[in-house]
Amino acid sequence: MNPEAKLAENLLDKSKLEMVPTRMGFGKGLVEAGDKDKRVMALCCDLTESTQVHLFAQKYPDRYIEIGIAEQNMVCVAAGLALQGKIPFVTSYATFGPGRNNEQIRTAVCISNLPVKIGGMHAGVSVGPDGMTHQALEDIALMRVLPRMIVIVPCDALESQKATLAAAFNNQPTYLRFGREKTPVFTAADTPFEIGKALILRDGKDVAIVGCGTLLYNSLLAAEELSKEGIECMVINSHTVKPLDEKVIIEAAQKTGAVVSVEEHQVAGGLGSAIAECLAKNHPVPQEFIGAQDRFGESGQPDELIEAMGMGVNSIKEAVKKVISRKAGIDK
Amino acid sequence: MSEYIHDEKIKELEEKANQIRQSIIEMLVAAGSGHTAGPMGMADIFTAFYFHILNHDPKNPEWPERDRLILSNGHICPVRYAAMAHAGYFPIEELKTLRKFGSRLQGHPERERLPGLETSSGPLGSGLGEACGIAYAARMDSNKFRVYCTMGDGELDSGNIWESVMFAGKYKLNNLTGIIDRNNIQIDGMTENVMPLEPLKEKFEAFNWHVLEVDGHNIEQFVDACEEAKAIYEKPTMIIAHTIAGKGIPEIEFDYKWHGKSPKPEEAQKFLAELRTLGGKIQSEHQ
Repeated sequence: MNPEAKLAENLLDKSKLEMVPTRMGFGKGLVEAGDKDKRVMALCCDLTESTQVHLFAQKYPDRYIEIGIAEQNMVCVAAGLALQGKIPFVTSYATFGPGRNNEQIRTAVCISNLPVKIGGMHAGVSVGPDGMTHQALEDIALMRVLPRMIVIVPCDALESQKATLAAAFNNQPTYLRFGREKTPVFTAADTPFEIGKALILRDGKDVAIVGCGTLLYNSLLAAEELSKEGIECMVINSHTVKPLDEKVIIEAAQKTGAVVSVEEHQVAGGLGSAIAECLAKNHPVPQEFIGAQDRFGESGQPDELIEAMGMGVNSIKEAVKKVISRKAGIDK
Repeated sequence: MSEYIHDEKIKELEEKANQIRQSIIEMLVAAGSGHTAGPMGMADIFTAFYFHILNHDPKNPEWPERDRLILSNGHICPVRYAAMAHAGYFPIEELKTLRKFGSRLQGHPERERLPGLETSSGPLGSGLGEACGIAYAARMDSNKFRVYCTMGDGELDSGNIWESVMFAGKYKLNNLTGIIDRNNIQIDGMTENVMPLEPLKEKFEAFNWHVLEVDGHNIEQFVDACEEAKAIYEKPTMIIAHTIAGKGIPEIEFDYKWHGKSPKPEEAQKFLAELRTLGGKIQSEHQ
């Protein structure tokens, strides 16, 4: 592990890690942001507990607005609040916001250039049994293509808290993506977090695994197992999908000559695509893409779905081996 | 007889509205594209706003205490641009840059380019929600300004509008006044054929709004309605302004085909002559 990442102790032993949903980190971060600045407001569409906005609503009822099941209006109202100097957080399931209200985000937030913060919950397949309608696997792509939009996908509850606080004060339209399910907290209080700065979690010379979100934990486990087979993987936390930390990713590609991107999202348009765009321009290397392969999810337990959809530890290991073989092909 | 505007002022505003209509025709013909019917139909209301109703300062468009005018139906922006230019926000000459590359007068309003626009708009259905957010924040911060939001009637097909209508009703946003440009036309035809809106007044009343209906070309009635709205404490107010699309030029009045097209140069010349002579009422045209 990279000592500068200051990750949690015993992080490879999942049983010793605290299990907390990333959305809970968001809930805490939002309260913290509200403590610091009274311009911070929260809006929600009839999902206050799911989004963990109830924490903020209880503490600051005057700065919380219940919108009802009206995601389009939520974004418009937030834009109006931002025009009056507020820092509004709009929250719902990611399938609805930024899914259903995409055009309002494009016009009222991005074209108007206002610091509205969008919290998308239950992203990825982590909402498990609810099935494909509620499993957002397209939200990163939707937000990444919007000019001016910042896109952040935190890897655990602690990073979610830091990301939420940082996003509150970046003065830009910002999308934050969170999951429903409890996932390991493998960073620590003093793990650095800065929007736009990727963090090398583990060093290695053979392949760079670049991921975002909770699947980074699977990436670390895969890297550790591969190490026993003599394959050394670098693991990079690219929590900010936009703007991408191009410097860190180009250097990793130069050093390792092969990349595996990892995200709980469609392989089209997400972090993997962002990395491929960057490397194609700067330092092309073979890349394998872990994520949903142009398919929707389905009902099941989150872990089960991650495995079935090719995003588990074994899938990451296979992708690493495959990309190494492609690299060898190029070397010949 | 209005308590809020005297007869001389009304006459003055009617003349101003005529000048603004001429500017609309001039800018649209220079642009070679754009919407004609809506801006012409709303010329009286925008004149009333910029020359009588709004508390604003053209030399200080970001003045925090200004009333907010949100143009949800962004496609009628030529009328706003023309009214703003005549009110002194920018030179009237600049109107000819409408829709041209590099212009501050974009085809649909972009707020960062031209101070005083408040929002970027065009995609229909969103302006009322933004106006709600501004009104809500204003109340939180004890700001005294009022928030006005104009909408097209065809725009009311959009579900987003009704989400905002519910919101304003719930939160009793009495500092918010909505204005519906009830001209009964939209791109594909008559509103009642495309997607019936009536009974419209009752709809808003059912959503806990105070509703007023006015003749949108009667400046006195419109001014009075905006004043009445200030006295309604428990509800937001919706003014259904009955207008004639293309008002001022008989050939295009009430013709939905003029929703989204601009006049050709020879048509514009004729239209301008009609406006200058008030449809033949003034015999000798003097330019």
